[in-house]
Amino acid sequence: MLGTGILKGMVETGRNFLGSYVSEDRLVTVQYPEQRIPRQEAARSFPFLVFDGSDPVWGLRCVACQICEKECPPKCIYIIKDSLRKADHIGKMQFQPRVFDIDISVCMSCQICVEVCPFDAIKMDVEVDFSTGDRFGGLLMNKQRLAKPNSYFHKIHPSDASEVDGRLAADRLKAQAKAKADAEAKGKPAAGPAGKSFAVGKAGTGSA
Amino acid sequence: METLEQIKARAEAAVPGAILGILLNSSPSAQHSLVVDNEHALAVAGFLRDDPQLRLDYLSNATGVDWLDREVKESNITRQVVDGVERDIEVTSVRVVPGYLEAVYHLYSMELRHGPVILRLRTGNRSDLVQIPSLTPLWRGAEFQEREIYDLYGIQFTGHPDLRRILMWDGFEDHPMRKDYVDPDDFEYEPTPHDEVLERAARHYPTTK
Amino acid sequence: MTPDHAHQKAGGGGEGTLPQAWGGPSYELRSSPEGDGGLLEISMGPQHPSTHGVFRMDVVLDGERVVKLKPVFGYLHRNHEKIGEGTTYLGSMPYTDRLDYFCSLTNNWAYALAVEKLAGLEAPERAQYIRVITAELTRLQNHACLGGFLLQDMGASGTPLMYAFREREKILDLFESLTGARMMCNYMRFGGCRCDLPPGWLEQARTVVAEFPKFLDEFESLLNGNEILMSRTQGVGVLPRDLAINASITGPVLRASGVNYDIRKAEPYGIYDRFQFRVPLGDHGDVYDRYMMRVLEMRESIKILEQAMAAIPGGPIMDPKAKIRGFRPKAGEAYGRIEGPKGELGFYLISDGSPNPCRYRVRPPSFINLTVLEDMCLGHHVADVVVILGSVDIVLGEVDR
Repeated sequence: MLGTGILKGMVETGRNFLGSYVSEDRLVTVQYPEQRIPRQEAARSFPFLVFDGSDPVWGLRCVACQICEKECPPKCIYIIKDSLRKADHIGKMQFQPRVFDIDISVCMSCQICVEVCPFDAIKMDVEVDFSTGDRFGGLLMNKQRLAKPNSYFHKIHPSDASEVDGRLAADRLKAQAKAKADAEAKGKPAAGPAGKSFAVGKAGTGSA
Repeated sequence: METLEQIKARAEAAVPGAILGILLNSSPSAQHSLVVDNEHALAVAGFLRDDPQLRLDYLSNATGVDWLDREVKESNITRQVVDGVERDIEVTSVRVVPGYLEAVYHLYSMELRHGPVILRLRTGNRSDLVQIPSLTPLWRGAEFQEREIYDLYGIQFTGHPDLRRILMWDGFEDHPMRKDYVDPDDFEYEPTPHDEVLERAARHYPTTK
Repeated sequence: MTPDHAHQKAGGGGEGTLPQAWGGPSYELRSSPEGDGGLLEISMGPQHPSTHGVFRMDVVLDGERVVKLKPVFGYLHRNHEKIGEGTTYLGSMPYTDRLDYFCSLTNNWAYALAVEKLAGLEAPERAQYIRVITAELTRLQNHACLGGFLLQDMGASGTPLMYAFREREKILDLFESLTGARMMCNYMRFGGCRCDLPPGWLEQARTVVAEFPKFLDEFESLLNGNEILMSRTQGVGVLPRDLAINASITGPVLRASGVNYDIRKAEPYGIYDRFQFRVPLGDHGDVYDRYMMRVLEMRESIKILEQAMAAIPGGPIMDPKAKIRGFRPKAGEAYGRIEGPKGELGFYLISDGSPNPCRYRVRPPSFINLTVLEDMCLGHHVADVVVILGSVDIVLGEVDR
């Protein structure tokens, strides 16, 4: 009979409409921003720089190797090396960035910088509210705005952060054991390799 | 499916005068291709489409490639008598291999479910001899793709029913996919704080900085 | 006519004929017998709600009937291929997400497949299964949305689309917990996948897939017998079989015209030869068949998903030979193609041994499927043009690249 198909459809619509009064599954709209769905652990928005300890300048894990700058597909990372050096997690002297800018109006959240970083220094944030009146300056994140403590990394990506911490601790143990072995072999007290020049470019592209 | 050598032999037999070459591909994909001369390209392609053993009825992909002029260094060792002593003298010369544009067609058979057979058509050079025959009369699927090649590479397809620009606008003059294409610098770029584009654009828009 | 006239069948289909010898549609204007001969040229788009993006059609009308239709592209053109030549192989992966932004995971797969062919890499078993699962989930959400959009184009404003989006949300949540992003997933890598499935993901996915047939039943009882839907779609925009093959049409549009060609069966990539599924085929090649193709393909995708999720093994997810930094394939070329939700998605790459591809080409299914838009629209009303365009299923990010 003509019209039965339409009637059947109407019944279906009615079932959904009335069902929304009883079944939670049919109420799918979330009233953002008053109401928010829990964030997924893997979620990502824009990159940030991790620092260890409490000093956001000297604790930065970044060694200004510029791999992420080269690999970034939309070229939104801008790094200038500093002439001052700092010790990294195993006590090796490394460069550090004087300027580290990420233009998040260009960044497309692909997380390739995170993947290529050999030092676990850059990670993905989950913050999404970046609305600003200043379209250029407000969306240009400098080193101060990008630096976030390791505890924040633990808060947003707990399993990833503990894995990284484990890896860094293992590196440290290995480095200590090596230093000890070297010291025993040479019969000298173990000294930090401070003052020696290290080819950071090589350390970056190698399997550090 | 037959090997490319067999296809080449049969195509040469079917289309008298056709000059076919096989371009070997050294990558693990081992997708070798057939280079066809422009004069007989349509006939060879027609043979590939209609031959009962091949039936390549489906033109999957048509695309252009730009090969720039290349400098090839050659060193020849010649024997010369210098100061009364016969010596080997190495003479290096730089030869310029002229560049060309290339249209690459990937053919498959929907009926017999095999493929790909890759056809390559080459232009004489990159400036004035850029005509190659269009395969649109055989495969309608080439229509938009050849228009795109014309638009982005500047290959003129003779016999194409509607050869206009497709992605760029009509007044546009250059061919943006060519390797030597230079971006216009007065373009309305999205300015980024660390882009040299800003500086270049500032010349055209003195008020921006 | 019965609602299930697009039933599955073994192969073959109605023998269509080309409209003219070739020559395609004629490019000169002609008036229809009942028209008054006064022709009106209108420009549909680029800001038209029915064009699914910034797409324009120059339509010449005789009364209400279309006598000429020329698609105009390029509003979203950003020279994706040039960008691909200017960045590393890995750097192009996030850009492929933005081609067909509904199906980023199948785009990733097509590109990864082409690079794997070029460099001789092989994804390990577990990664292959993950790829199948994510690709079929992508197909589910793409086809569900297409159904919604198509109905929206016909004037069923909101309801079917919102039902489809409700289901899509569940799949996007799965993508987010796996890849970190809902749409721009950037998940697959050359020789595997970026990260392993998080704990509990497979159970969640099983629940979503198990509930999906319920949605399909609901969707079908909402729409399939609907008289308005049938009269708007049946016999509209017929694409003859021979023209479909000749014009390189692929995907559900091709199969709706009765051509049994699905790359998952014809040239199985990945591990598709291990799964039992059927390829739905249409009979008439009209809009209704194209719509039904999607509905039936969703049922087949569910079968593939069930088999894949039952058989997924453990193990590594990356080829040990694969490199993230300093990836330089040897000189050569490769063309890799997959059956994307919209049709054959192919990537053609030429390497000269440098870190950037020498040539990076995308074979976009929605762009090439538009070749026959004029042939399908001639003689129909303007309102049908909207429906026919909707049934081709285009995404302008991919058409214009």
